[in-house]
Amino acid sequence: MLNIVWPIFVIISFSYGIFSGNLENLNSSVFNSVNDAINLTISLLGTMCLWCGIMQIANKTSVIDKLTKILKPLIRIIFPKINTKIEKEISMNMIANILGLGNAATPLGLKAMKSMQEENPKKEILSDSMLMFIIINTASIQIIPTTVIAIRNSMGSSNPTAIVVPIWIASVITATAGIIITKIFIKLDKKEKK
Amino acid sequence: MQMVNFISNLAMPLMILIIVIYGVLEKVKIFDNFLEGAKEGIKITMSIFPTLIGLFVAIGALRSSGILDLIINFVTPLLNVVNFPKEIMPLAMLRPISGSSSIAIATDIMKNYGVDSQIGIIASTIMGSTETTLYTIAIYTSCIKVKKIRFVLGVALLADVIGIVTSVAVCRIMS
Repeated sequence: MLNIVWPIFVIISFSYGIFSGNLENLNSSVFNSVNDAINLTISLLGTMCLWCGIMQIANKTSVIDKLTKILKPLIRIIFPKINTKIEKEISMNMIANILGLGNAATPLGLKAMKSMQEENPKKEILSDSMLMFIIINTASIQIIPTTVIAIRNSMGSSNPTAIVVPIWIASVITATAGIIITKIFIKLDKKEKK
Repeated sequence: MQMVNFISNLAMPLMILIIVIYGVLEKVKIFDNFLEGAKEGIKITMSIFPTLIGLFVAIGALRSSGILDLIINFVTPLLNVVNFPKEIMPLAMLRPISGSSSIAIATDIMKNYGVDSQIGIIASTIMGSTETTLYTIAIYTSCIKVKKIRFVLGVALLADVIGIVTSVAVCRIMS
């Protein structure tokens, strides 16, 4: 994907920047972006180590089995062919997402991706489960949308939590639509190959 | 509000606490396992670092060059036809590609039109119900080094469009 998207972004924005004389902004943005990426990586490195470590402990206990049981019916429908190890990792990622622990959800999700890659017969191509997993992670389902509430609160909203219910409705509809569309595309993809 | 704050602050400590207590009760070698997991965390982070650099530079350039504003101005007349609030458009365009700049733009929208105005509520709902799609796809695919990602980008962006349209519709119906 990035082999196509990245050059498009670079070519259109750099050439437009040169023609419109916006060079100063463009130059400073390159260095700012590199710094942003480094800052993000460093903070990600911390949370990544923490949550991968916590997850490793959790893996050795029965707590994950219990949590996985709650989500099992749902996971079985969305991911028809995955083993129990991956099932556990996916449910941990989902729980972290639902609880609004974005910092934990990413490490747990990346770990699940690694495990799915081990089971993937064609290492170069995303498997069906991986596709579905990415789509679910691009939809954001959480009980308490903390970031938005914090922003609204800081801006002096009279009711910062007023958006909670609209967010629930919108995110559930979006996630369901995403899952259904992905299922349809996976089916169409199979037919084409036959 | 206080209750909500309490619950969201409780989530992470409680999760860690439960896992560690279970580990103690079930006699797991807790710290050895923690270290083992943490080491893997370093590997995964390092494998996505180059992707982040590339992605951030490209997205930064897209914003700072002014091309994004040009595109937004270009599509605005179309939005008026479908009755989509044009104030939201910069947010809708940026939301899938950049987390930090979409927060900045959402904040800006709330400042200009009022946090509790309909536009402010719509912006908040979009922020809460969608993710930074491009970033998610980039790091999830680059950590395992797959080459072909099939239709994932298209479907994810379609889901974003659905999310944004639904957010606008839900807020209009509820207010």
